[in-house]
Amino acid sequence: MNLLEVKDLHTSFFTGAGEVKAVNGLSFSLEKGKVLGIVGESGSGKSVTAYSILQILTHPGRIVSGSIRFHGEELVGKSDEEMRKIRGNKISIIFQDPMTSLNPTFTIGNQLMEAIMMHTNRNRKQAEERAIEMLRLVGISEPEKRMHQYAHEHSGGMRQRVMIAMALACEPDILIADEPTTALDVTIQAQILELMLKLQREMGMAIIMITHDMGVIAQICDEVIVMYAGGVCERGTADAIFYHPKHEYTKGLMRSIPDMNDDEKNRLIPIAGTPIDLLHMPPGCPFAPRCERAMKICLQEKPKEYWVGRDHLSACWMNVREGLCYGERPEEEVEV
Amino acid sequence: MEEIKKGFTPDPDCLVQVRNLKMFFPITTGFLKTTMLKAVNDVSFDIRRGETLGLVGESGCGKTTVGRTLLQLYKPTDGEIWFDGRKIDNKEALKNFRRRAQMVFQDPYSSLNPRMTVGDIVAEPIDVHHLCANKTERENRIRELMTLVGLNTEHATRYAHEFSGGQRQRIGIARALASKPEFIVCDEPVSALDVSIQAQVINMLEDLQSRLSLTYLFIAHDISVVKHISNRIAVMYLGRMMELASANELTKHPLHPYTVSLMSAVPVPDPKVSRNQHRIVLEGDVPSPLKVPSGCPFRPRCSRATAACAEACPAMREVSPGHFAACHNL
Repeated sequence: MNLLEVKDLHTSFFTGAGEVKAVNGLSFSLEKGKVLGIVGESGSGKSVTAYSILQILTHPGRIVSGSIRFHGEELVGKSDEEMRKIRGNKISIIFQDPMTSLNPTFTIGNQLMEAIMMHTNRNRKQAEERAIEMLRLVGISEPEKRMHQYAHEHSGGMRQRVMIAMALACEPDILIADEPTTALDVTIQAQILELMLKLQREMGMAIIMITHDMGVIAQICDEVIVMYAGGVCERGTADAIFYHPKHEYTKGLMRSIPDMNDDEKNRLIPIAGTPIDLLHMPPGCPFAPRCERAMKICLQEKPKEYWVGRDHLSACWMNVREGLCYGERPEEEVEV
Repeated sequence: MEEIKKGFTPDPDCLVQVRNLKMFFPITTGFLKTTMLKAVNDVSFDIRRGETLGLVGESGCGKTTVGRTLLQLYKPTDGEIWFDGRKIDNKEALKNFRRRAQMVFQDPYSSLNPRMTVGDIVAEPIDVHHLCANKTERENRIRELMTLVGLNTEHATRYAHEFSGGQRQRIGIARALASKPEFIVCDEPVSALDVSIQAQVINMLEDLQSRLSLTYLFIAHDISVVKHISNRIAVMYLGRMMELASANELTKHPLHPYTVSLMSAVPVPDPKVSRNQHRIVLEGDVPSPLKVPSGCPFRPRCSRATAACAEACPAMREVSPGHFAACHNL
């Protein structure tokens, strides 16, 4: 059984202007101890997916339909009280902005201990010991002193370490990291990613890494989901996605990133057009209006996901036309 | 990199020459106590005509302050700025300089006035410098500028909030071009944009540069973007310049220990390369700019630091032709 099984998830925001379909029929599964990357641009629904799993969506957003199974147990429809036992305990999240996700009026220690005492039977003394142990684990020097300090006394990188310590204090099965390094500098980003991978290996949890940075994905992920307009474009192992992309959007995304090894300064090939308006979704493939190779069928009918390799699925009509699809999962590696 | 202050002769190949620029801000750190925040400390560099000089560094290193001080948005504490062979030290020179040097800001949301129409935003430099004789000429110029940056000319009467991030950045660029400048400081012009839109704006900046023979100072923290657009790159750390070389040289053969670790920390969008990449993970954080370490500012985090590093701040010197670095151990 998979650790997490998301099936046909639909999450919408019911705004005054109409229904915004932020997540539109998303399915994926996560195995124990794997690092899954979800990559996409702003508005692709990657953060909303994370919030839907934890059910921390804010009004006017809500899960419209679909199923989220954790250890085979359905999470959709659970009460707030039941969810509270899972959040921060079994499934934890680290947010993008370490500046605003800590409470400025409580000490670091206070906030860490609150999470520990809420989910375990530890008393104050034991919780304090655990909190200090966690701070040491994430590489914070003098943790005893830091426990009595406030968020503003820490740098961005340090705050993100505190957030990681808090998220991992109860040894969750899944850690959701929502752009954890976007607000940080590259040298600090390298520290944090290294730390996350080290802890993942030691504690054996699964990570869902949400990011827009292909470099971060390449560095730490086993599997990748590429999202656009609330749906999946393509999914597969990191190698399959990076070396054999089979969706026009993924290909376009790769082409538009400047290559560090290109000394000739070849012109970038951008994806034309503007990001999709989620209020007015086209009937066919959501990427079709920006796709250079769009065909008639792309504008009319939404493509379903087809196997294009042993660990590789893609939702693009181009593969069907070029005969690159398989009716079922291929037995052997077939990437060209 | 010449440290000559007296008898400085401007180089005709260079559009902008900065010598020993310092920008200190007084910060209240206690009762009746102020500390000087040395945002930019003794920085010198040249920008050649028609080139793009990239300026990289981590947050708080002073790269934005260099851009703003250069354009005289702040009054420099010390140092000289030479533009097109003239020193910017009097009102007349400044007025002329302000028309010929412009800026594109990072945040396309807060840098456009929400109460002004796009046409008025774009035409603001024209109005300030009285560049158009009459209304028709002004309207034509607005239309011309909007076409130049790929915006629909019919949208001139709309307001900024009606546009997406990428389009807003185009409006910001059109405004910067309005006074027909020769030099533009681009302060993180693409970092707020999505990857697919980023490439559109980068290509446009490159096209405009060759069409209008512009010179850029391109400030950003994304090294792969800076490498792509720049001819030469300068690296800053805690208000000081650490290294300056051609874009290919600096990314392939960095010399300064800080640049070496910075380059190794850049995530490569290639899983096989990334897995085998040797990363030099720096210990600790960037110190507060209020408490800059003595000597070389990078010393506490540097693996090669010696006693000499604590004593004096190394000066920039030419290690190989065209490759400057400020390190005692090279």
